[in-house]
Amino acid sequence: MEKRERPLSPHLQIYRPQLTSVLSITHRASGLALLVGTLVLVYWLVAAASGAEAYASAQALLGSWPGRIVLIGFSFALFYHLCNGIRHLFWDVGLGFELKTAYASGHAVIAASVSMTVLAWALAYYMGGGS
Amino acid sequence: MAEFTLPANSIVKKGKSFPAPDGAKRTRRFKVYRWDPDNDENPRMDTYEVDLDTCGPMVLDGLIKIKNEIDSTVTFRRSCREGICGSCAMNINGTNTLACIKGIGETKGEVTIYPLPHMPVIKDLVPDLTQFYAQYASIEPWMRTQTPHSGDRERLQSKEDRARLDGLYECILCACCSTSCPSYWWNSERYLGPAVLLQAYRWIADSRDEYTGERLDALEDPFRLYRCHTIMNCTKTCPKNLNPAKAIAQIKKLLVTRSL
Repeated sequence: MEKRERPLSPHLQIYRPQLTSVLSITHRASGLALLVGTLVLVYWLVAAASGAEAYASAQALLGSWPGRIVLIGFSFALFYHLCNGIRHLFWDVGLGFELKTAYASGHAVIAASVSMTVLAWALAYYMGGGS
Repeated sequence: MAEFTLPANSIVKKGKSFPAPDGAKRTRRFKVYRWDPDNDENPRMDTYEVDLDTCGPMVLDGLIKIKNEIDSTVTFRRSCREGICGSCAMNINGTNTLACIKGIGETKGEVTIYPLPHMPVIKDLVPDLTQFYAQYASIEPWMRTQTPHSGDRERLQSKEDRARLDGLYECILCACCSTSCPSYWWNSERYLGPAVLLQAYRWIADSRDEYTGERLDALEDPFRLYRCHTIMNCTKTCPKNLNPAKAIAQIKKLLVTRSL
């Protein structure tokens, strides 16, 4: 009798997201976001080097609400990738693998990256006056 | 390249429902993945209402009750019913564990049961573990020595050296960890996965084994070892509370320190 091809059991569709796995995929996503953000930074620098008119339009674009949301996302990606990268450095030397520690460090990374983002933007708005 | 969706023949359809027997007061709904190799249908989820007042406490007891009293075609592996054989490894409510040591009382609402994730299915909850076992064989999971052995006594080790095997030798190769690992899902042809790497470390860490260097050589590979990205689903899901992620980190650390 000819055997049927076996089905593949469900995986991503059914596996419950874990704090550790969500933070792991966020690390990769924030790394990609940093790549995109760096291109934005290059665009801003090129505009600044191209003259007052180009710089003014870049400032207007990045200063608009959608532009600011992109920049807030960029800065969060930076702080998250930094904090979680430090977590990875501890793992690289073999520390912090107990589940309790891994969860504590995961929560610390979330708290640190969110508060660094909020602090950076609060400072920016305070010093720049929000304009 | 990773395939994030299921192939057409693997998409799970709605299945049949089996109501609770008359007069059952305390019931629980079990949703069970079914696939029959003898017809042309896709996998489906069948629903069984189980009377908990006449059922044992564990998820495995529920499955056995379903098979005995409701639907004898339900197929799953089980043996020891006490968490030492590893046969009844399956995905229960989203994480992998052994059905025999997972209490029905630990779950809330429906008990949803799938086979171990991202594996070829032989029937219902029975995955094909051929490749998993072949990967295990590839790490040569036995003691390898060069020094001649005096026939009248064992190869001895100190208490401290023996203690280094704690947390490693307890692995029962149930495959819960490997099949919880997204890296293993996407690269199971080339990445060894957490269970096999923990076993590899078990022999690397053994003071009596004399092939540590060769064992490390065999693992120094971008795919066999380094597809581990410390996602830690393995450690989180291990029903024996072992730490495959830590064992893999120890291997990586040894590979770095030996090159210094």
